[in-house]
Amino acid sequence: MSVETETRERTRAGSSLPAWSGERLRFAIFAAVLLLAPVWLPLIGSYTDLGTRVLVYALAAMGLNLLLGFTGGLSFGHAAYFGLGAYGTGLMLRYVGPNMWLAVAAGVLLGGFAATLVGPVVMRRRGIYFAMITIAIGQMFYFIAVRWNNFTGGEDGLTGFQREPLALPGGSVTLTGPHFYYFVLFFFAVGVFLLWRVLNSPLGHAMVGARENSRRLEFLGIRVERLTWISFAISGFVTALAGSMNALLNNFTSPLDLYWQLSGYFVIICVLGGMRNFWGPFVGAAIYVIMQDYASTMTKNWLSVIGVMFMLVVLFFPRGLLGVLARRRSG
Amino acid sequence: MSLLELHGVSRSFGALRALSDIDLTVEPGELRAVIGPNGAGKTTLFNLISGFFPPSAGRILFEGREITGEQPARLVARGIIRTFQITEIFPDLTVYENLRLAVEAAMGLTFRPFLGAAGRRAVARRAEELLEAVHLADKADRVASELAHGDQRIVEMGITLSREPRLLLLDEPTAGMGEEETEHMVGIIRRLNRERGITMLFIEHDMDIIFGVADRITVLENGTLLAEGNAAEIAANEAVQAAYLGSRR
Ligand SMILES: Nc1ncnc2c1ncn2[C@@H]1O[C@H](COP(=O)(O)OP(=O)(O)OP(=O)(O)O)[C@@H](O)[C@H]1O
Ligand SMILES: [Mg+2]
Repeated sequence: MSVETETRERTRAGSSLPAWSGERLRFAIFAAVLLLAPVWLPLIGSYTDLGTRVLVYALAAMGLNLLLGFTGGLSFGHAAYFGLGAYGTGLMLRYVGPNMWLAVAAGVLLGGFAATLVGPVVMRRRGIYFAMITIAIGQMFYFIAVRWNNFTGGEDGLTGFQREPLALPGGSVTLTGPHFYYFVLFFFAVGVFLLWRVLNSPLGHAMVGARENSRRLEFLGIRVERLTWISFAISGFVTALAGSMNALLNNFTSPLDLYWQLSGYFVIICVLGGMRNFWGPFVGAAIYVIMQDYASTMTKNWLSVIGVMFMLVVLFFPRGLLGVLARRRSG
Repeated sequence: MSLLELHGVSRSFGALRALSDIDLTVEPGELRAVIGPNGAGKTTLFNLISGFFPPSAGRILFEGREITGEQPARLVARGIIRTFQITEIFPDLTVYENLRLAVEAAMGLTFRPFLGAAGRRAVARRAEELLEAVHLADKADRVASELAHGDQRIVEMGITLSREPRLLLLDEPTAGMGEEETEHMVGIIRRLNRERGITMLFIEHDMDIIFGVADRITVLENGTLLAEGNAAEIAANEAVQAAYLGSRR
């Protein structure tokens, strides 16, 4: 075997992050930027909660993107799992007890298992039919939240809960400002690591194969439906985790967190940043949240600004903003 | 024992008899060409052998065992692997990623939750082996859809080999290829047959390839078996000359 082959084998056989140059270095810088956000955000006249919100939306969209960008399943109902994550956490804090770990677990499990149960219903459909059934099922959860007034707070949303001090081995920590940011960053890292592990496993490779040519994959003996189900479920768990964080960020959750419109924004975030790219939805989420923050102080129509950006990206950079950068670098 | 036997195999689509009463025997290690005019029933023959649909009548035996009516997935597990008239690859993945995915599927790793470093190395080794087998090592990191058509077909060959085929069915492997690509593909077919002893049936229209490569040739016309023999016999066969060579495009 030639030396060249051996080198290639080594880098390919290991993680998808080759050597210390390039990708790994960029990741280290990116991690440092996130870790130091509570330091540099105030310096540029911003505030820490804005960073937290970017993390929340990025996690939700990255969770969706496992299905959307990497498995090729156009889900227009992912707000449902985001919202269920939020309600699970809020209801736990309000009705059961002030334990943050349990509250997060309740949200993740509620949203994640809902997605797992919905999976078999949607996994046989493709393309537009997949989109339609995911919307329909998502709306079902919305109506439940609105109608079950005395338990969920109905249209007004769920109040009466708030972030509690976090029980850690060394004592408890109050989750305000930067502390809460790091709390969310921790769960963001957990979710992202899970997604990264999946995408770099045979399972993830097969998901991308399903997106590329599901017929071919079937001929290799892999059941694409089962693959779609698993992708939908994992995606739902991660998006639910983001929803749980969102409830804690706002100390509130509304039925709009389950609404199809938010599902649409998640899709837009993925497309904007680039859904073929692992970090694409992060870039999309950053743009979305920052636009929402700044443009909404100047114009009521900040959504039109996002809409115009979305159209420009679709027309001129179909691979999304990060997709364009990635292509520049490699080509 | 013959590797593949067809006894009186027929297949109809409604009123159309796409294949009637075909008897065919393929020996282990054979490189067999299947030829015939458009619509003769060549692809239908492959569909029957690979289980894409069952014959309307007749029996098919593989390694002496009856496989008539078995599902494609089962036949793939037995080692009957095919390619298609249109290229079926994963376009947006690199050549290496195409092969890695095929290897992981063949090794049954797709739905295993954890794959350790050893498993990963085994996959990589096997994928590299396939790269070498189809001479694509220098294009390993190219995106498949950006390759020339001929190389894409060769990627598909690599995917096909991930399963350790015992019988390989190639539907027009050189269709639409230029001269150089054709030569490359033919070289690979010949090497896989000679060096790995893989038995192959291939559908082909190009006479130079057929006569240059095949051990034996089966000629179909209008769903019937017109002739069978080695290159010299087929070239001398008057029925073939009249029916097939005369009507060639
Ligand atoms: N699934 C099917 N349903 C109906 N008719 C079919 C089907 N498959 C093949 N046929 C018909 O059977 C006949 C033989 O087709 P087949 O595809 O086997 O021809 P072929 O020899 O492969 O031709 P070509 O050289 O054009 O690929 C044709 O008349 C075709 O229209
Ligand atoms: Mg054909």
